[in-house]
Amino acid sequence: MTAVKQMSNFDVNKIREDFPVLTQTVNGKPLVYLDNAASSQVSNLVIERGSKYLAEEHSNVHRGVHYLSQLATNEYEKARENVRKFINAKESKECIFVRGCTEGINLVANSYGRKFINEGDEIIISAMEHHSNIVPWQMIAEERGAKIRVIPINENGELVLDEYENLLNERTKIVAVAHVSNSLGTVNPIKEMIATAHKFGVPVCIDGAQAVPHLRVDVQDLDADFYAFSGHKMFAPTGSGVIYGKKEWLDKMPPYQGGGSMIRVVTFEKTTYAGLPEKFEAGTPAIASQIGLGAAIDYLNSIDLDAAFAYEHELLEYATEKLSNIEGVKIIGTAKEKASVLSFTIENVHPHDIGTILDQQGIAVRAGHHCAQPVMKFFDVPATARASFAFYNTKEEVDKLAEAVQKVIEVFA
Amino acid sequence: MSELNDLYQEVILEHNKNPRNFREIADANHQADGHNPLCGDALRVYIDLEDGKVKDVAFKGSGCAISKASASMMTQAVKGKSKEEAEVLFEEFQKMVTGNLDIETDENHLGKLKIFAGVLEFPARVKCASLSWHTLHAALNEEETVSTE
Ligand SMILES: Cc1ncc(COP(=O)(O)O)c(C=O)c1O
Repeated sequence: MTAVKQMSNFDVNKIREDFPVLTQTVNGKPLVYLDNAASSQVSNLVIERGSKYLAEEHSNVHRGVHYLSQLATNEYEKARENVRKFINAKESKECIFVRGCTEGINLVANSYGRKFINEGDEIIISAMEHHSNIVPWQMIAEERGAKIRVIPINENGELVLDEYENLLNERTKIVAVAHVSNSLGTVNPIKEMIATAHKFGVPVCIDGAQAVPHLRVDVQDLDADFYAFSGHKMFAPTGSGVIYGKKEWLDKMPPYQGGGSMIRVVTFEKTTYAGLPEKFEAGTPAIASQIGLGAAIDYLNSIDLDAAFAYEHELLEYATEKLSNIEGVKIIGTAKEKASVLSFTIENVHPHDIGTILDQQGIAVRAGHHCAQPVMKFFDVPATARASFAFYNTKEEVDKLAEAVQKVIEVFA
Repeated sequence: MSELNDLYQEVILEHNKNPRNFREIADANHQADGHNPLCGDALRVYIDLEDGKVKDVAFKGSGCAISKASASMMTQAVKGKSKEEAEVLFEEFQKMVTGNLDIETDENHLGKLKIFAGVLEFPARVKCASLSWHTLHAALNEEETVSTE
């Protein structure tokens, strides 16, 4: 047993004041929110930005010459510029606003797929993907007569990279892989994986849903071709999200959905499409949510984010150590590089029962298959309990988690 | 923790540990699979129906304590009953866990099964308690699979 490490210099109590939801009690106990991988909480800055928009700026974007429409458009585009800077995209028009990570991946699968994937081609995904990075590819594979190939994982929940190299060939048309696994917490070496794919001329679509809220992402440094993420997992409202795509690819791809905003000229004979990003943003978008995403990024820029991420990582290590020391607890996902997520099982206790008993203590965790049934199958468990951290969680909360887990074991002893 | 004890009562914990009729019936003339996609609970209910009576009933599968204990007690409750009696129990159980039957004031045949009334306070767990009953109902009526979704 190693000694508990000193937490880094990061004033978590000050940060917590920015997140009003955390002051609640649940079932008579202070809320301990450890379900950040499902949805994270929003700060006052985001809440206030949302109400200001609704109270003073609400209107449609890109359509009106009137004052409010212009205002809403400006704010919506400012949010896009915020996103661009945050992930270091070259141009803001490479950041397409979508409903979330799922829609982003579906956009790429459908648009890229219909243009570039043909019969006999192959799509590489991995064994640790969320269903949203499996099913869209299966659907397009079936439609185009292509095949899905799967990068396997090892017992620690790490990708087997030798196998990945072997899967790549001249039939490979795209690689789709998570930056961080939501069920195991594994951080994949995507920069190297992207470089490998590029040797074969193959573009890579990264599912970044669990990465953007927990580590620095620079899409140019990664050389990612596509990168998808959701606002609600990065301290912004639901309904916001981004699919980043390199302009070279997006320009060549057909629209995903048809409708208003994405056109240049419409006649019954032929329609010409708008340029980026409008080509991929048919219909009225989730304006309030995307502006909220812009505000969430403002918030992240206003704190010492590197210290926050480092602190969160220490918290994960502390929790891992605490839970590992409880007899009967098994950690699922023991990769060397991990972020935020601690999946575990308790001997002879179903995760659903763990979830209910923890909830009675005010502790919110997720119990289930985490939309990653192939991962559950690999580890031969029906489900896991998952605690997932954000930088506003505390060591005391981890202690409460450990106590509650102990309690579960007592109830089922 | 009084609330919690309403759900995880001794009897339920005991049935979870030692589920009754937890086995296959190789030549069962009725069977069905139940699935709760939310938590991955999956079970198969086997019934030997003879002259309209449940001669034997058993289950196999994996699930949480609530679904396992419920299945275990379900098999005890319907064994020896007629198909119609089993169906009445299914309906009463369903009504109880969805708040449409008051075990104190409404006439019912639930007996020991009343212990599951506490699940009402745990909306996320109602499906766990009722999965085996839905599966029983499906097996009795020759449907092959049910899903609580
Ligand atoms: C790794 C990963 N990918 C994709 C998604 C899907 O995100 P959303 O439901 O916000 O579209 C999630 C969310 O659970 C996730 O964790």
